Amino acid sequence: MTDARKKLIRKERKENLKKYRMLYLMVIPGILYFIIFKYIPLFGNVIAFQDYNIFKGIFGSAWAGFKNFAMLFQHGDFVPILKNTIIINLYDLLFGFTAPLILALIINDITCTWFRKGVQQIVYLPHFLSWTILGGIVITQLLSPSQGMVNMLLQKLGMEPVYFMTESSMARGIVVLAGLWKDMGWGTVVYLAAMTSVSPSLYESASLDGAGKFRQLISITLPSIVPVIVTLFLLRIGHFLDFGFERIWVFQNASNTSVLEIFDTYIYKAGLQQGRYSYTTAVGLFKSIVGLLLLYSGNLLSKKATGEGLY
Amino acid sequence: MKIKVSPARRIYVWISSIVLVILCTAMVLPLLKVVAESFSSKTFIEQNQVLFWPKGFNVDAYLKVFHNPTIFIALKNSIFITAAGTLINLVMTAMMAYPLSRPEFRYKKPILMMVTLTMIFTSPMIPSYLVIKGMGLDNTVWAVILPGMISGYNFFIMKSFFAGLPGELIDAARIDGCGEFRVLFKIVIPMSKAVMATMTLFYGVSHWNSLQQPLIYLRDPKVHTLQIKLYQILMEDNTSMVDVGQVAIAPATIKMATVVIATIPILVVYPFLQKHFAAGAMLGSVKE
Repeated sequence: MTDARKKLIRKERKENLKKYRMLYLMVIPGILYFIIFKYIPLFGNVIAFQDYNIFKGIFGSAWAGFKNFAMLFQHGDFVPILKNTIIINLYDLLFGFTAPLILALIINDITCTWFRKGVQQIVYLPHFLSWTILGGIVITQLLSPSQGMVNMLLQKLGMEPVYFMTESSMARGIVVLAGLWKDMGWGTVVYLAAMTSVSPSLYESASLDGAGKFRQLISITLPSIVPVIVTLFLLRIGHFLDFGFERIWVFQNASNTSVLEIFDTYIYKAGLQQGRYSYTTAVGLFKSIVGLLLLYSGNLLSKKATGEGLY
Repeated sequence: MKIKVSPARRIYVWISSIVLVILCTAMVLPLLKVVAESFSSKTFIEQNQVLFWPKGFNVDAYLKVFHNPTIFIALKNSIFITAAGTLINLVMTAMMAYPLSRPEFRYKKPILMMVTLTMIFTSPMIPSYLVIKGMGLDNTVWAVILPGMISGYNFFIMKSFFAGLPGELIDAARIDGCGEFRVLFKIVIPMSKAVMATMTLFYGVSHWNSLQQPLIYLRDPKVHTLQIKLYQILMEDNTSMVDVGQVAIAPATIKMATVVIATIPILVVYPFLQKHFAAGAMLGSVKE
């Protein structure tokens, strides 16, 4: 590149900056926001390697090396928490991920417009209610031994009422089912949109060739939405250990904590309520690193298997 | 072209319709029971007679809830956080999305990268808490408003919508002497009603429903939100009902009345905005 051209480019760049300076200034508050509220806390993760003392602050606290991480693995709480987080997530992945897909396939076949619209409005609604409300309803109106609808039904059928919330073996199932109630309908939005973009002529020629409904589903609908499924799946995997705090918190009680304690609720209790800042930051950091590895390997696998990936 | 409807196909449609009707009923019935119970009288509730229609109709529970000072404070706080928070969200997100949607803006890449990274590395609970405490925001409503000012996800939705607006219009406004802020607030935002409605819904609902952030930052009863109060009322059994001071009202009625009050704002905006949000969720799923 000649000097003259370089000069020209520099001049052009300067003019652009001058002409649109307000445009550039406008993003500064946003950038500051991301730095202050997102990046500084991320760098704050260094306290995982310190004996953080709230009075000395991040710069005055003594370094502790990997002590907090060593504590993590020695700690009796850690293995059950990791186990709970993984098990609940696997259940949720199995049901929470496939249920919207199946529901979308069913809704997609409904041609009657008002019925379809009505169904969509009803199944989307729970997504917009808070976990406090949904959890409260599940506990007091569905599963309560005396007034719960489920127990009323059981009693009508001549069975004994079940104390669902004190039965720790049912806690995970309840959390997963409640998740279905909240998000199964909302999860269909993206699938349904992807399905409408499938060309109708494909279905026409398939049915001329004698392909039945089920055959069309397997050979046309599903393959056309594979990219969407893969993207959603990878996004889900990326947040595998970030299982919603609120969703667990509202269902936790003294008798089921042993099976419902996950990373986020543990960090909240041990970190904020007991003030073990460095240790719980180490727990959080461990969680993010495992999450990142999962995302990376999931992406790699999916690129090999389907040719689709997030990046 | 009319496709012949085979008997097998007809059976399939019938079965799937029935499945959907059952599913929708199962999703809605518990909500109906909540409403029915909130309007019912104590005797019927204790005899377990209330199902999906109120018995012994009365609004005493609602009067009690509104006369309870702690619930009233919580309601006021929630309304303020939702209104002020959403407004700040919209302005901040739009101010960031508009410049980055214009081709005139160079050096987009590092900024977009910066946003994307925060979506992958979610901010850690304890260090975030220490930063916000360090800023003196602990136990103020700003502790739940400021840290979420821009959601990366919503930012990308808005940016891709703005990018689809005709650039000629914006250039014409600039030639007429409009500054960038006026272009944004007088042209870009009014032309993006659909996406702004979607964003209002997303941000507003997340403020209103949030439990985790208020639990962390708003421990002082003066700044409690409705969701915290609701959690206390619903989960901590009937002990916290003492401060409601009820005698003739079943605790369940008060609980359900509070649930209804917390749900009504969502139900009110739902029909207005629901035609937009599916489109918004779609935009968001487009890979960047």
